[in-house]
Amino acid sequence: MQLLVIGPGCARCKTLVQFTEQAVKELGLTAEINKVTDLKQIMALGVMMTPALAVNGTIKVVGKVPSIPEIKSLLTQAAEAEKAVK
Amino acid sequence: MNGVCEVNAENASWGRELKILGGFAAVFVFLFFLPVGVPRFDNALKEGLELAKWYAQEHVMLCLIPALFIAGGISAFVNQASVMRYLGPKANKGIAYGVASVSGTILAVCSCTVLPLFGGIWMRGAGLGPATAFLYSGPAINVLAIVMTARILGIELGTARAIGAVVFSVVVGLAMHFVFRREEQAKAEAAAEMPESEVRRPLWQNVLFFAAMVGLLVFANWSKPAEPTGLWATIHAWKWPVAGAFATGLAVALGLWFGFKWRELALAALPVALLSFAFPHEPLIPFIVGCAGLAVLCARNPGEGREWLDATWTLTKQIFPLLIGGVFVSGILLGRPGHEALIPSEWVSQSVGGNSFLANFFSSIVGAFMYFATLTEVPILQGLIGSGMGKGPALALLLAGPALSLPSMLVLRSIMGTKKLLVYVSLVVVMATLSGWIYGALF
Repeated sequence: MQLLVIGPGCARCKTLVQFTEQAVKELGLTAEINKVTDLKQIMALGVMMTPALAVNGTIKVVGKVPSIPEIKSLLTQAAEAEKAVK
Repeated sequence: MNGVCEVNAENASWGRELKILGGFAAVFVFLFFLPVGVPRFDNALKEGLELAKWYAQEHVMLCLIPALFIAGGISAFVNQASVMRYLGPKANKGIAYGVASVSGTILAVCSCTVLPLFGGIWMRGAGLGPATAFLYSGPAINVLAIVMTARILGIELGTARAIGAVVFSVVVGLAMHFVFRREEQAKAEAAAEMPESEVRRPLWQNVLFFAAMVGLLVFANWSKPAEPTGLWATIHAWKWPVAGAFATGLAVALGLWFGFKWRELALAALPVALLSFAFPHEPLIPFIVGCAGLAVLCARNPGEGREWLDATWTLTKQIFPLLIGGVFVSGILLGRPGHEALIPSEWVSQSVGGNSFLANFFSSIVGAFMYFATLTEVPILQGLIGSGMGKGPALALLLAGPALSLPSMLVLRSIMGTKKLLVYVSLVVVMATLSGWIYGALF
């Protein structure tokens, strides 16, 4: 699973990374978490409000730091979608 | 034997060790030449401490804490998606300017999102004009900054700052649009990602909720007037009962619309009420207990209560250290009003005293390039005004300072290009100079 944490690196962005890592760990998933901090790239992704979270190429959360349970439900949905494709 | 073996093993860490040595050497040299005993220096240190104490005693509790809760509430509860609608590609351009100029308060509570938002509004939204209006107003009309400016530097300057920032941002936005009007903005095919729409309660409930907190903030901080009679003085005499009424309103709002339990609200309100009767001349005590009670109640309400507390606490963690740092620096460099510190007040009054065009211009330029961490402009300006800065140049600094700095200019250059950046910076400096000059002349 590909996860992107999008944001120029302020405290909220770092919190989002932590929460995402925690959610991945608690669910026991294999996921790659990458950070997008370059402003040009952020704009190219179409993100206006940071922080934002993208799961497998789709932007799921914009402009806020979701709670760990919220992230977990997003990840679970994405995992099930992956399984359905396979 | 172990130590000798390790020396041969790691050549790569010598760079790091040399840096540590360099750090120690710098500290040693600094201490060696420290001018302790020189009166100006000793005084400056004392001024730093005195100013910090003054802030702690006079302003932090009654002013900063409610303002932090308000800003946290905006961040957590105000529906950002509905605001973003007015800044999107299909938005009415006229309205977009207006919305852009005030929405900084709502959209950019975390200052790091100003630049992505600017880029988004420009490339995928309403265009360069509204985007520039937002870029300027975002940092300029942040709730905490306006509140603290009004409280510490006076309500005239606070209001002038707020109005100046809004009007200004529209003017700068329009000017940018005009200068670059021939550029065709290629709108990207993919729509920008808007934040999710969360409609949790009707607008009027949100309005009342915020009004209760603003009322509490305003009346708790109602300053004592010079004359003992008149409307101002009457309000001052009644400030605490009125503030209490607003606090009760807040509790009712929380119970009715935010799902807080009535029993818990009553339990939190009880000590506040008791303490305000027990200590009628020390309103700080029930106030602090009330704030603590609110925080505890929020923590006990998962969902909105906790989101509110999180947003407020995140802001507090960012702002409090910066403010204290800014106060110290200002105290050491400029001192309290009427006192001398490291920078002689003649330098200040000569360069930015009075209301000459040059003073305003100098002030704008310095403000544009100098970096001000959030809220630090307030103690620094307090020091400058106390050392002889004129009111006009003070407003110029307030309007040019927080919005721009040399580091932010470099980042902006990478997004908008050198030409646009130069036009933007020139517009800000010109507008700040003019606004300061006019304000200084009128007031």
